[in-house]
Amino acid sequence: MPPPAKKRGRLFIWHKHMELSFYLIQALNGVQYGFLLFLVASGLTLVFGVMGIINLAHGSFYMIGAYLAYWLSAMTGNLFIAVLLGLPLSIAIGFAVERFCISFLYARDHLEQVLLTYGLILIFNEGQRILWGNDVYGVAIPNWLSGSITLTDTQSYPVYRLFISFACIAVAVGLYFLIHKTRLGMTIRAGASNREMAQALGIDINNLFAAVFALGAGLAAFSGMIAAPVEAVYPGIGENILVVSLVIVVIVGIGSIRGAFAGAMMIGLADAFGKTLAPDYASFIVYGVMAAVLVWRPQGIFGGSPQ
Amino acid sequence: MGKSGNSDTSRRRFIAGAAATTGLAAAATALPTRFAIGAKAPIKVGIMLPFTGTYAKLGENITDAMMMRIAAAGDMLGGRPVEYIKLDSEAAPPKAVDNATKLVKGRNVDFVVGPVHSGVAMAMTKVMKKAPKTIMVVPNAGANQLTREACAPNIFRTSFSNWQTSYPIGGELHRRGHKKIVTLTWNYAAGKQMAEAVSEGFANAGGDPSGIENLWIDFPSVSFQPLLTKIAAIKPDAVWVFFSGGGAVKFVKDYAAAIDKKQIPLYGTGFLTEGTTKAQGEAAEGIITTMHWADTLEFPTNKTFMADFETATGRQADVFGVQGYDTGSLLLLAMAAVGGDTGATSDIIKSMENTIVVGPRGGWTMSANHNPIQDIYLRRVENGRNVILGLAHAQLEDPGTGCTL
Repeated sequence: MPPPAKKRGRLFIWHKHMELSFYLIQALNGVQYGFLLFLVASGLTLVFGVMGIINLAHGSFYMIGAYLAYWLSAMTGNLFIAVLLGLPLSIAIGFAVERFCISFLYARDHLEQVLLTYGLILIFNEGQRILWGNDVYGVAIPNWLSGSITLTDTQSYPVYRLFISFACIAVAVGLYFLIHKTRLGMTIRAGASNREMAQALGIDINNLFAAVFALGAGLAAFSGMIAAPVEAVYPGIGENILVVSLVIVVIVGIGSIRGAFAGAMMIGLADAFGKTLAPDYASFIVYGVMAAVLVWRPQGIFGGSPQ
Repeated sequence: MGKSGNSDTSRRRFIAGAAATTGLAAAATALPTRFAIGAKAPIKVGIMLPFTGTYAKLGENITDAMMMRIAAAGDMLGGRPVEYIKLDSEAAPPKAVDNATKLVKGRNVDFVVGPVHSGVAMAMTKVMKKAPKTIMVVPNAGANQLTREACAPNIFRTSFSNWQTSYPIGGELHRRGHKKIVTLTWNYAAGKQMAEAVSEGFANAGGDPSGIENLWIDFPSVSFQPLLTKIAAIKPDAVWVFFSGGGAVKFVKDYAAAIDKKQIPLYGTGFLTEGTTKAQGEAAEGIITTMHWADTLEFPTNKTFMADFETATGRQADVFGVQGYDTGSLLLLAMAAVGGDTGATSDIIKSMENTIVVGPRGGWTMSANHNPIQDIYLRRVENGRNVILGLAHAQLEDPGTGCTL
């Protein structure tokens, strides 16, 4: 029997009646959420780190991915075909946005970039309203992933959530190889650490930037696609994830993929345990973590010395 | 409160209401217009609803249904043409005072229809109280205090109070033998008022309220998984929740994936399964909710409304459309009663207070505190539709605590 409902106002609620399994499952929830956040945040931090662009429209690519997953899977009847079709499409949109909008702003200051990418949010949202309306949509989970694994006598864990985690791990590993083992990765790292030197060494920075931006857009769209079956697809879905991703980038420092991973896990776990152990402060916890980090290390946990 | 008495009593009430409406309409056509020249000037109806963002669909459906209702009556209010002035409230409370002032002072509207969001509604009351000649009709926002402490002669509601939507299910939970109950809503005013009403209904029906544990999630977060884990660990007899829109779709799917609904049944406020069952799919089956309307209501007024709405908009009718439609009816009835004389504010108010609106949800009247006295239906999701199990509470009236109208 839980104590009567008058615990509001206390900072932490320790559940004596809850077994170890509660904390383990909660950790699983946090890690799973963290993986998804990592995918989104890695794209954001990549664009920020390499190109020096604050891309507020990053969440819009997540939104585009989610809506494409809904739209294409409704047409083709299969989520994976939808992802296969939708991913190149969103990468192409990302590429076009870089060529026709972002590329004019490299010499301008951050404020103007913020203004432009904020404008893009409004345009993308209006496009979403025109194309798909303001309805809330659900996306079907493919049959072979729709089961649940029984964890305790009252709780089971959806297989699809585990699948999301595996998909994120696969992408993370792929990203690691791309950045550390390929020529493109080498140029990305060179561009991130010293743009002028990279240019002086003959790296075509224009193409590099277009590729990085498209890659970032693709990462966000892919997250939106695979998250669509467990998230609902609804107007404003992109803004929610954008805010959390920005927090992660601020916490870990700009341009570090490895940092984005750690930050995403931190926020994922803080969210899972915060919501249940300190419900009154849950909305504050994520920002509390950010504030604490900013006081302790203004350049971010993994960030280099401030430029 | 009998579950079976629904069709009979409501039908009688419906017929009575229908008779009254026809009577009023007939009277209106017979009335001479009070002033010939002024009668040609349009009546200005300001519409302050969200047309962008999460609540955009609600704003659209309310507006379209209201306009459809008034268009069906010849696009005239009391013999005068209507001019609509639409303003996007953005569901943003900080902008509410400015927006309402723009309509009331800037455009000199006779009526303000809006808003959806309770925070916006509360901010708007400040403007309305300084403009007693302008009448505000709230077609959604459910904040209890709007027709309680903050009530005013020129503020009416055609939708519901948060208390109304949830009080009846408290008793229902007790009658179904549930003792240990978890409630979960967003941690904001509407969620709190609804969760409190559930406890109140549960206690008044004889249940022990200490068996209820209230859980909260910060608004508008939709990562429910941690709380589902907590619910599974608490092992209650039943779970009651309030979410709407995207949150409702996500919660219902997450719940079905994590917890066996047969073991721990899910209850909710009607909005949980309103306009969302298609997206929720199989996961919504069996959820029991209470609300002042259902798409399966057999009233002829409801069937006509639903068909007309779909023809006019190409979208499925929902409860927000119903509220917009009844708002249109209320404006028609009130303006007919004064022959289109917008200067006769006290007569308009009196007419609104005494009218019987017959619409898709059946017949309802205005309480002394300007909130609908209406039937609350008990519904269960079957094959994606909210099938009526009976009345959860007949002609429920909000207590209007603190209102001195």
